[in-house]
Amino acid sequence: MDLRGLVPVAVLLVGWEAVSRSGLTDPRIVPPLEGLLGLLRVEVAQQSLLANLAASVVRDLTGFAIGASIGVAGGVLLGLSPLASVLLRPSFDVFRQIALFAWIPLIAMWFGIGEASKIVFVALAAFTPTLINTVEGTRSASLRLVEVGTLLRYRRWQMLHAIYLPAALPSILTGVHLALIQSWLATIGAEYFMTAGPGIGTLIIEGRDRFQMGQTVLGMILIGVVGFLLNRIARAAEHWLLRWRVA
Amino acid sequence: MPTATISGPDRAAPGRGFGFARQIRLIGAGLLVPLLGLVVWTVGARAGWVPPQILPAPDVVWDTALDLWQSGDLFANALISLQRVILGFAAGATLGLLLGTAMGLSKPFEAYAHVLFTALAQVPALGWIPLVMLLVGIGEPLKLIIIAVGTLVPVAWNTRAGIRAVPLGWFEAASLWRYSRAQVVWYIVLPAAVPQIFVGLRYGLGHAWLALVVVELLASSEGLGYLLVWGRQMFQLDVVIATMAVIGVIGFTLDAALAAIERRLQRWQVADQ
Repeated sequence: MDLRGLVPVAVLLVGWEAVSRSGLTDPRIVPPLEGLLGLLRVEVAQQSLLANLAASVVRDLTGFAIGASIGVAGGVLLGLSPLASVLLRPSFDVFRQIALFAWIPLIAMWFGIGEASKIVFVALAAFTPTLINTVEGTRSASLRLVEVGTLLRYRRWQMLHAIYLPAALPSILTGVHLALIQSWLATIGAEYFMTAGPGIGTLIIEGRDRFQMGQTVLGMILIGVVGFLLNRIARAAEHWLLRWRVA
Repeated sequence: MPTATISGPDRAAPGRGFGFARQIRLIGAGLLVPLLGLVVWTVGARAGWVPPQILPAPDVVWDTALDLWQSGDLFANALISLQRVILGFAAGATLGLLLGTAMGLSKPFEAYAHVLFTALAQVPALGWIPLVMLLVGIGEPLKLIIIAVGTLVPVAWNTRAGIRAVPLGWFEAASLWRYSRAQVVWYIVLPAAVPQIFVGLRYGLGHAWLALVVVELLASSEGLGYLLVWGRQMFQLDVVIATMAVIGVIGFTLDAALAAIERRLQRWQVADQ
């Protein structure tokens, strides 16, 4: 590993510590680093951090699973049925122009500010990229393979199972990967706006409300770490599921 | 690539005939579902299946939209949002271009900046909001910084990737012609990297728009996001829905505008191949 990469990180940390020690700033706004570590230890000991983290991740994955499943199912339908595509695709394309977070007030009105709203919102975030990519994928099945299937008198589900889905898999996985990133973003956003219940987003907002920079920074780091891990896991899963393609 | 854009017969499009008549039929079919939805929505609202606080009738939404438009509220708030997004995007894109170019061109700079940039890029713009709020308050700088952060990351990544993809031979040719460093960047690197840079800019603009909505929802007393919050607090879903529609239209227009510029800038490429 190239150690030069650590230089700016060190500069940032030392600078932070220096500013904090200088006494020119409010220690709540620029807490010393050891304070941050202490906070981490306290939070971990009280298990509140873990509870918040677990709540966010469970929320994220639940919404993601619902949204991605509907997205894949809908994508297969729109990809394979020209009729469904002609009827539904334009409406879908109009709706997806609305910036994701603009849905929050409407969803909050419809589903309250509890768990249901958050999960609906996360599911919505996961739904769009999976649907788009699944449609692309099913359409990318080579005509020759489809002809082979017809020749073998495959039934509908056999066609789907043996030809369309394998052909669509790379694209579907791209969509699922994007959905995973989007739904993590949506989870944090949902927790910002619908602050009932535990979660990392709630933790960060609380930190801001109480002028506790340490708590906010800790939450941000967790957002980054979880996002990074989700991304890594998705990439590994993609590799593993597509290993047949290498040959 | 140009062959890819001239697609074959659309497999999704049933029906015989070509050109105009077919287009009309497709558009008609596409309108079927929204119209049906509109009918159900109208009937449902009229019959009182759902209270107006949950879903106001379409004509109420339409009237509200017209009111908001005529009173100038919608326009004023949209203008404020647009201004914010354009300023924040310009700042973020400039920084992203500089950073991406530096990382793409200079190996030592890349070696120094890579770790910190990658780490910071893991936190989405959304995650920065509370921190920046603590530092600069909830005024205008907050909005600009968050929008700029959202823009910067994809622009920097893609600029770097685009520059890295420039064939080495082109640099050799440039050194044969004794190009100065600035000339190399201006005449060789940037034109070659334009497609990828534009990918970054389009992502950046998308992120900027999203970041704007979030930051206005969270802390603002004007702008489209504020209109959404206000509508919700007043239990006026007609305002919320009308504003969502405007957000959709502006988001679409921004992306379409950038796509048009992209096509224009890349025309030489098509001729080239």
